[in-house]
Amino acid sequence: MTATDIRPTTAATLDTKAPRKPRNMGQIIRWLLLFGGGILMVMPIAYMISTSLKWPWEVYNVNLIPEEPTLENYIYVLEDGRFYWWFVNSMIVATLTTISALFFDSLVGYTLCKFKFPGRTLVFIAILSTLMIPTEMLVIPWYLMSQSFGWLDTYWGIMFPGLMTAFGVFLMKQFFESVPDDFIEAARIDGLNEFQIWWSVAMPLVRPALAALAIFVFLGNWTAFLWPLIVTNSTDMYTLPVGLAGFGDEADVAWELIMTGAAISTIPTLVVFLIFQRFIIRGVVMAGLKG
Amino acid sequence: MAELSLHNLVKRYGNTEVLHGIDLTVTDGEFIVFVGPSGCGKSTTLRMIAGLEEISGGEIRIDGRVVNNLEPKERDIAMVFQNYAIYPHMSVRKNIAFGLRSSKMPKADKAKRVEEVADFLEMTEYLERKPAALSGGQRQRVAIGRAMVRDPALFLFDEPLSNLDAQLRTQMRLEIKKLHQRVGSTIVFVTHDQVEAMTMADRIVIMKDGHIQQVGTPEDVYRNPANTFVARFIGAPSMNMISADATASGIVLPGGASIAKAATQGPVTLGIRPDDLRPVGGDGLLTGTVAVTEPLGPETLIYVDTPAGEMIAKASGRTPPLVGEQVHLDADIADLHIFDRASGLAIR
Ligand SMILES: Nc1ncnc2c1ncn2[C@@H]1O[C@H](COP(=O)(O)OP(=O)(O)OP(=O)(O)O)[C@@H](O)[C@H]1O
Ligand SMILES: [Mg+2]
Repeated sequence: MTATDIRPTTAATLDTKAPRKPRNMGQIIRWLLLFGGGILMVMPIAYMISTSLKWPWEVYNVNLIPEEPTLENYIYVLEDGRFYWWFVNSMIVATLTTISALFFDSLVGYTLCKFKFPGRTLVFIAILSTLMIPTEMLVIPWYLMSQSFGWLDTYWGIMFPGLMTAFGVFLMKQFFESVPDDFIEAARIDGLNEFQIWWSVAMPLVRPALAALAIFVFLGNWTAFLWPLIVTNSTDMYTLPVGLAGFGDEADVAWELIMTGAAISTIPTLVVFLIFQRFIIRGVVMAGLKG
Repeated sequence: MAELSLHNLVKRYGNTEVLHGIDLTVTDGEFIVFVGPSGCGKSTTLRMIAGLEEISGGEIRIDGRVVNNLEPKERDIAMVFQNYAIYPHMSVRKNIAFGLRSSKMPKADKAKRVEEVADFLEMTEYLERKPAALSGGQRQRVAIGRAMVRDPALFLFDEPLSNLDAQLRTQMRLEIKKLHQRVGSTIVFVTHDQVEAMTMADRIVIMKDGHIQQVGTPEDVYRNPANTFVARFIGAPSMNMISADATASGIVLPGGASIAKAATQGPVTLGIRPDDLRPVGGDGLLTGTVAVTEPLGPETLIYVDTPAGEMIAKASGRTPPLVGEQVHLDADIADLHIFDRASGLAIR
């Protein structure tokens, strides 16, 4: 008993003396794996930026540092009027979809979480089960529907499938579970109607979830490719990913231009992430309840 | 200001009935405390009064008006919750003002009212703080402030002090009592702590399993408990209970002593409060050996093994009997409580 007790203590003392020394093989392997994972994540981005700084003749070389770095591609892309349109289109679509999804997902999630009504579980299961149907399978019905309603080649046509998401409903419902009923009942006694309770009591308490959902939905719509490609016809209605994919002429894909456009288009996603991530890290302070 | 009356109030969840017909009238300005063990239906009753829980049967009237089908906000009530339920994303000022949100008062008056309430609760210097930066007692004060600000006819409290430590609880108890004296509203207060009930209430309602056991002033329920449940529930330590037999000549205790006091015949339960049971020099009612002593300062509780079971008695703090010593215990005949053993009801 005593003998086994002494060992960890000694090890701990040694550790504090040489904190940087890896404790064992396991730790080295863990670091290597993480390092490898990090490289895997960063490489495509590094290549995207590197390619955007290359001349066309160098694009198919694997070197990471361009031999003759140039900003020519950026100038070309920014001077090409189409890029602005695509950027604006993407911005409109992603922003409106995000607002709509945040609103409806949390409204439905709240209702499913805090109101007891017959068929509640059934509705929830029905919403969840739509998660199992892949987009690829839905685009044809969506297309036919858009065609018959005259939504082809419009913003509404690009946006309507994403205005409410099953995943968001699920996420928000789970988060509203953590909002104590006392808050809601107190507000009810204070004379708020159900919509006001949702908006001014429940919503502020799930801000981190809203922030996470905002990031997901915005990124999802900003990078959406398949559906916008199918529903849009005119170059003016393209979103960024659709437009960028077609950069260059029919015969030759201009990778340096595509990569330049892609590099520029990551900027808004970074901004969105930086804005909302703050809320996620801060977390919910449940200080209104007992300490 | 309001009178509250409950008539044959019933609550069912599905097929299980949890409240079996509650009848109670609370007069204007009265401080009523509901007390009872966990699960007896105190919160359910309170929530039905508040309008948070549907009424399965019976009637609730506030100032003569049937409120069964009114929304909480139409009942002119305010409620303070056990978990405070103050909003973490709002400052103290906003939290207090929240109670006025749906009122038609001009904005300046609202602001003034919030200041007044904060002043009354001595929370003025914390008005701009968020709840996270407040202590438990201060948070509970904010919750009370939010309830006060509307000046409701009826205050409902559901175990508001149970999350506070003992010292703070005593302090807040006093403050709620002061609040009652100052604003004079009718208060219905739920607790499972009989000390809280005794110290705060004008009248206590003792509940068990969805039934009211007794309604009365603290003095009344302490002196004249209606049945063995109330007798044991009120008062700490609990009343000693002795099974005895009542005959025509008197009540015979285990151990042989008999008392010439019997309004009945047959098996009875004899109740004696530890306060009333004292070690004496002579014979007394019961004789036994001291098993444990608990010095409380001015007095000492002694646990005595007697033929009637373990009895708790009070001895003087200066010269208490020692553990293992034999003592005789006696009580004044006027302080004995006699209950029918089968029904548990008091025999007077
Ligand atoms: N939603 C519900 N469905 C079924 N039974 C319920 C429900 N809510 C409460 N009950 C039951 O009703 C009874 C009374 O509950 P209530 O909350 O009023 O007790 P209480 O006296 O407030 O207890 P405590 O001191 O623990 O707060 C309990 O037996 C409880 O199990
Ligand atoms: Mg309760």
